[in-house]
Amino acid sequence: MKKVLKLMLLTTVVFGIWSFTNVENDKGYKVGDVVADFKLQNIDGRTVSMSDFDDAKGFIITFTCNTCPYAVAYEDRIEALNKMYAEKGYPVIAIMPNNVKVKPGDSMEAMKERAMEKGFTFPYLMDEGQRVYPQFGATKTPHIYVVQKTKKGNVVKYIGAIDDNYQNAEEVKKKYVEDAVNALLNGKEVEVTETKAIGCTIKV
Amino acid sequence: MMRYVLLLFVLIFACKQNTSQEDVKLETETVANVQDANQDINLKDIDLKVYNFNELEPLLNKTEDKIYVVNFWATWCAPCVKELPYFEALNENYKNKNVEVLLVSLDFPKQYDTKLKPFIAKHKLKSEIVVLNDVDANTWIPKVDKEWTGAIPATIIYNKNKRVFFEKSFTLEELELEVDKFIN
Repeated sequence: MKKVLKLMLLTTVVFGIWSFTNVENDKGYKVGDVVADFKLQNIDGRTVSMSDFDDAKGFIITFTCNTCPYAVAYEDRIEALNKMYAEKGYPVIAIMPNNVKVKPGDSMEAMKERAMEKGFTFPYLMDEGQRVYPQFGATKTPHIYVVQKTKKGNVVKYIGAIDDNYQNAEEVKKKYVEDAVNALLNGKEVEVTETKAIGCTIKV
Repeated sequence: MMRYVLLLFVLIFACKQNTSQEDVKLETETVANVQDANQDINLKDIDLKVYNFNELEPLLNKTEDKIYVVNFWATWCAPCVKELPYFEALNENYKNKNVEVLLVSLDFPKQYDTKLKPFIAKHKLKSEIVVLNDVDANTWIPKVDKEWTGAIPATIIYNKNKRVFFEKSFTLEELELEVDKFIN
């Protein structure tokens, strides 16, 4: 009887927490979900979709921007990921999710400038109308989704941070995104599928 | 210290009497020094408490008979800076209602002296401020709240019986409404 009571209490608590959860957090992709393709404008004026990449085995989709210090701290590491994994079949696709009226520093012009300065080799797309980031459920920059191309579509395999040290790339102990992509390339399951990191709220 | 500042003022005054170009240059330098000296006084008064998460955690779980409002922010976070005056107002207006505000800064260590301290001085922040410096966010974010994705601003309101978490920006009215729920 006590057990049943305990179970009931637990259920109530879990349900309570669940129902209290911010609605935003319930939306968006979870690990295992199939990602809908997008068609967004790149800094070179062309549009980019995942379906454009015939040879890709998957993607490192990165919600990032010019104006968030955390995103800026990771710029070089995002570029390094693309250099390391694009030819292996996991290119980076960066998407800028902010409302540029709130953050003029994230305008298409500013994105072009930043990409030139930093020599980005990956597409840097504008989430025009801010429709794509809510589908993913991205809440902040930077926010990474590693997806794997399968027969049923692009499946989410990892959500979260690039690594465990935003302050210093040299002191990183866990490279979450690299570990995930390496596992997928080796035909293994991703061990750490979700991580949390501080970031800047996406500006609406 | 006061005497030193006075001396500088006398020097400036002395320079002002003189019109030769060299002295004009000296004047600007001296004025700059005075400003620096003033700022130094303010900034030196600010003794930042820098914690890792283990050190911060007890402040998120106090058991006294009070209502605690904990806001995670940073000087580089525009929506945080926008709502900061509301937390300051709450700290001031709800003092007699047993409410305590704690501002947890997530500023970068290299900007403590260049950005955070000048910000605290400029805005004359009165609420208690601590700085959280703990890079392993994946470990500590879920300990703050399971639902927190890591975006800031984020706020906890709690007392010894109840706790609510918000990953959102507040207006003053919304903030007071949430705190009032704890009081009434």
